[in-house]
Parts: sequence; C-alpha cells; structure tokens
Amino acid sequence: MAVIRDVIPQLELFQPSSTEDAVALLAEHGSDAWVYAGGLDTLDWFKDRVKRPRVVVDLGAIESLREIRSTPDGLEIGAMAKLIDVVNHSEIQSQFPALAFAAKSAASPQIRNQGTIGGNISQDTRCWYYRDGWTCYRAGGNICYASPPTAMNREHCILGASRCVAVNPSDTAPVLVALGASMVVRRGRSERVVPAEEFFVGPEIDIERMTVLEPGDLLTSIRVPSTWAGTRVYFEKVRDRDTWDFPLVNVATAIRQDGDTIQDLRVVVNGVAPTPVRLTAVENAIRGQARNEDTATRAGDAAIQGVAPLTHNGFKVNLMRNLVKRSIRDEPMTA
Amino acid sequence: MSQEIIEVAGETAQQGVSRRGFIKGAIAASAAVSSSNYLFRSNGGALLAQTPAAGAVERLITVNVNGRSRRIDVPPMETVATTLRYKLGLTGTKIGCDRAECGACTVLVDGQPHYGCSLLTHSVRGREVTTIEGLESEDGTLHPMQQAVLEEQGFQCAFCMSGFIMNSVALLNDNPNPSRKQAAEWLSGNLCRCADYDKILTSVQRAAEITRGA
Ligand SMILES: Cc1cc2nc3c(=O)[nH]c(=O)nc-3n(C[C@H](O)[C@H](O)[C@H](O)COP(=O)(O)OP(=O)(O)OC[C@H]3O[C@@H](n4cnc5c(N)ncnc54)[C@H](O)[C@@H]3O)c2cc1C
Ligand code: FES
Ligand code: FES
Repeated sequence: MAVIRDVIPQLELFQPSSTEDAVALLAEHGSDAWVYAGGLDTLDWFKDRVKRPRVVVDLGAIESLREIRSTPDGLEIGAMAKLIDVVNHSEIQSQFPALAFAAKSAASPQIRNQGTIGGNISQDTRCWYYRDGWTCYRAGGNICYASPPTAMNREHCILGASRCVAVNPSDTAPVLVALGASMVVRRGRSERVVPAEEFFVGPEIDIERMTVLEPGDLLTSIRVPSTWAGTRVYFEKVRDRDTWDFPLVNVATAIRQDGDTIQDLRVVVNGVAPTPVRLTAVENAIRGQARNEDTATRAGDAAIQGVAPLTHNGFKVNLMRNLVKRSIRDEPMTA
Repeated sequence: MSQEIIEVAGETAQQGVSRRGFIKGAIAASAAVSSSNYLFRSNGGALLAQTPAAGAVERLITVNVNGRSRRIDVPPMETVATTLRYKLGLTGTKIGCDRAECGACTVLVDGQPHYGCSLLTHSVRGREVTTIEGLESEDGTLHPMQQAVLEEQGFQCAFCMSGFIMNSVALLNDNPNPSRKQAAEWLSGNLCRCADYDKILTSVQRAAEITRGA
C-alpha cells in the first residue's frame, strides 16, 4: 500500500536542451530513467512512492519538441505541445476541430496549461487499486483487485480485458486513432513510426505497459495525416460531472460522406478497454449506407456485441451504444 | 542543513546583491531552516545530502517570484508550492490535495495559472512566478479581484481563496468582461469545499466592474 509522505525521494533530474541529449540520457540509464513531460501523471506516482526511478529526464527545455507544424502530408504535433497549444492552434481548429475539442475536454484549465499531448496519450491508467500501489498484475503481481464481484469497478473495462481490467483514460487518444495518426518514436539514433492503433497495447501483449514505449524510447511527435482533414469528425465524452473529470466513455468517429451515403468511416471508443478500441464491426456494418437514424441505431447495436461488463459498470454498455449512435447521427460539437 | 543555506546566502551576497537583499535572503534562509526541520524531519539527511551526478541539475537556482530574483537551494523534485511556502515564507499559496485536483495552490507562471503543487521549482527557472503576495501594488492598493472579494464577502473559510483569486486574475487579464458562464468554465479547476461558487463568481463580476471604474 502506498504511504503518502510529503517529500519526493531523492532523484537525479536532468533537463537536456536537445532531443539528442535526451535520447542519449535515456539510452544510458535504461530502465532506471523516467521521461518527464508536464509531470501531471508522473508526480502522483512519485509522491506516493509507487514508482521510484533513479533518474528523471525532463523534456521541458527542448523547444523543438513543442512545435506544431504543417507538413506536405498533414500536421506534425510535437510531443511536448501542451494541451492548450492543441486547443488554440488555428490549423488544428480548422482541419481537425475534434482534436481541439477533445484536448479541451481533458482535465482542468491549469492541467491543460502544463500537460502535454505526448503525456496525455502515454499516461497510465487510473485504476485506483493499481495507483494506490497494490501489487496487482499491472504492478508485477499475480492478482487483479478490481475484477472480483466485491471490487469497486464502476470505471473499469467492459471490453478487451485480459487479467487486468483497467482502462485507458485519455481523451485525445481515440481522436488520434480515428484520424489515422502515427507516433514518431526515437530510440538512440534510430527512429520508428508507429500507427496510433498499434501504439496502445493491451494486457494480452504487455500487462505492465499502456503503450509500445519501452525504457529508452522517446516519443517525439504525432503525425496527423490530411486523410480526414475537414471531414466530419465527431467527439463526445461522458463523465460524472460536467466539468473536469476523466471520461467514463468517449467516442471519436470520422465519416466521409458522398451525399447521404457513408463512403468510409472510423469509429473509436475509449474508457471501455485497456486501449482505445477501433470498432471495425460497426464500420463494416454501416459503410456504404445512408447516414440516418436507422443506420445510427444499427451502429450502436453493433458496437456492444461481445461486451463483458463487471459488477458495477453495466451502465457503460448503454453509454457506449448511445454514444456510438450519436456519433453517427448528430452534428459534431466544437470547442 | 543550516550550513548549506548560509553558504547559499553567502554566494548571493558575493554576486553583488544589495545588502538589504542579502539580509532578506538570510531571513528567508533561516525560515527555511526551521520549516524544513518540520518538513523533512523523517529522513532529512539521507534524502537531501547527496550531490548531483555530472550533468544533473544544480540545486542552487534563481527563481523570479513576484518580480524579485530569489536564489535558493532546491532539491530536484521540490514543487513550487513547497518552495514558496517553506523556503520563501510565502504561505499565501495553500496546499490542499497536493495532487493537481483542487486548485488551492494555483499560482501564475508567465501569467498563466498552474498548480504549484504539481510543478517542479526547477521547471520555473527563468520564468515569472506570481503569487497572492504579489498582487497588491507598492502603495498597498489591493488588486481589483482582492477588493471585489472583500466587498462581496466571496469566501467562507477561504482556504481555497488564494487559488481562486490567482486564477481569476489570469482570467481577467485574458478577458476583462467574462460572463458568469465563462468565469465558471475558466475556474473549473478550482474547488471550494464551502461551495461558495456563487459568491466567487459574483466577486469576479465585481472585479471586472472595479477595473472598468464602475
Ligand atoms: C486531476 C487530473 C484530471 C485529469 N483529467 C483528464 C481527463 O479528463 N482526460 C484526459 O485525457 N486526461 C486527464 N488527465 C490526465 C492529464 O491530461 C495527463 O496527466 C497529462 O496530459 C499527462 O501529461 P503530462 O505532460 O503531464 O505527462 P507526464 O506526467 O510528464 O507523463 C505521463 C507519462 O507519459 C510518459 N511520457 C510523457 N511524454 C513522453 C514522451 N515524449 N516520450 C516518452 N514517454 C513520455 C511519462 O514517462 C509518463 O509515464 C488528468 C490528470 C489529472 C491530474
Ligand atoms: S494543492 Fe495543488 S491542486 Fe490541490
Ligand atoms: S471558502 Fe472554504 S473552501 Fe472555499
């Protein structure tokens, strides 16, 4: 169990001013090192002394990682762009308003002034058993405290659980998956580009991580291709209070239409599984059909095939069905 | 511990800071000694005495608080709220949750509201930090938002007050005439346990009036 004390233990803090220096430090210190972006997820772990790295590499001084720029193929968003930068960026607002809206729906104004998009998609789960330092599967143990019938699991998985039932809590992640974004990851001298759909990993692949990022990896930017620029992209989030709070369920749906006909679409939900989930069954069920109430209803029904709610989160099934339905039927809201 | 801090003050003096500044620095330093005894009681030496590895941040840093440069000894993982309260004696900034949830610790960094409890002091080097103590003008005139709170009796226990006032100041700089709805949205990262939200929003409206000269 975590014991709350008031001082974070001694750590070595590095504040490199270039990406090169940062990746060199990460290579040198391997699994002893922790990447520090806005620190808003990080500091909780350190204060509770649940995670105790020896070295912290703070990316705050690397100016180039905060840039958002247009490229011939779309937009490149630096991993250190703050959520507020994403909300206010004029090209994001005009080309990908759903991304700006999702970033604005995340957390509180103070957090958006400091939290980064890279940190938002790489953040850990909010399962309180795990965050409190219980030695569950995700923490290297061999039990899940959230899945037994007596557990408090109102916020947990209805889909895709594998031993661990914690969910991915990011609001920007489902939009990035819907837009077909990819993540640029540096490791030493090499760079790889990972499609958003593969960036997030579930417990069946690695129960101790939320993303493909391993010790030594640095997420440098997120590429959003122009594929869905200016198309109809719907984002909606439901939370317990109509002000800052993590999503219970959120949805991001991109639709390309020809007249009334849905030519192509991508439907993604988050808050329901250990990763954002692309609902290909829904996409296949309604691709080529007219966009109307009936189609939207069928989409909602298709969305909940195969769900497996826990004791206290059955409500998420209806929530997900209705959100998917609305994401097909209604006009997108904006920031 | 105390030896270290005296050295800090000594270095400040050597760097040509005025005698008066030095004396204030020394006073702040002795305050730091006593409060750190309480804060770091359990494992003080073990936690704090190590020297940084090559290339890691130096502990002796300068931060700009309320328009003054303050040279202080800051362990790498110290938060702004801790530095303000326990090193600089600026206890107007409160710590409620210490988890980026309640807003009691809100300070301005380059004019933008941040949670002081969840921001490293090492991250604000070279940036301007403004706290509740920095709002009134030289002659003691209160900031319109402070004045408005007095007039509207904006708070009950007022533990959340500094945070709300700081965030409201940032709001009024951004938008001198916010609607109640805009203010509620901007202030949504601040919680009031006494649930005085209505009076707080009225205070923001009153501050806008005072600024307009109404
Ligand atoms: C009270 C509260 C409410 C919140 N509500 C919401 C919400 O409603 N919706 C939502 O989506 N989020 C919410 N969040 C999460 C918040 O948005 C994230 O904590 C924040 O975005 C994390 O970003 P950061 O830059 O502070 O990351 P950090 O805490 O610095 O990092 C988070 C994790 O990502 C890793 N990381 C970060 N950047 C990189 C990189 N470039 N390369 C490799 N690894 C990296 C870090 O190592 C760490 O493991 C909330 C957080 C709090 C504290
Ligand atoms: S004390 Fe910082 S947000 Fe509560
Ligand atoms: S007045 Fe008591 S918490 Fe706000």
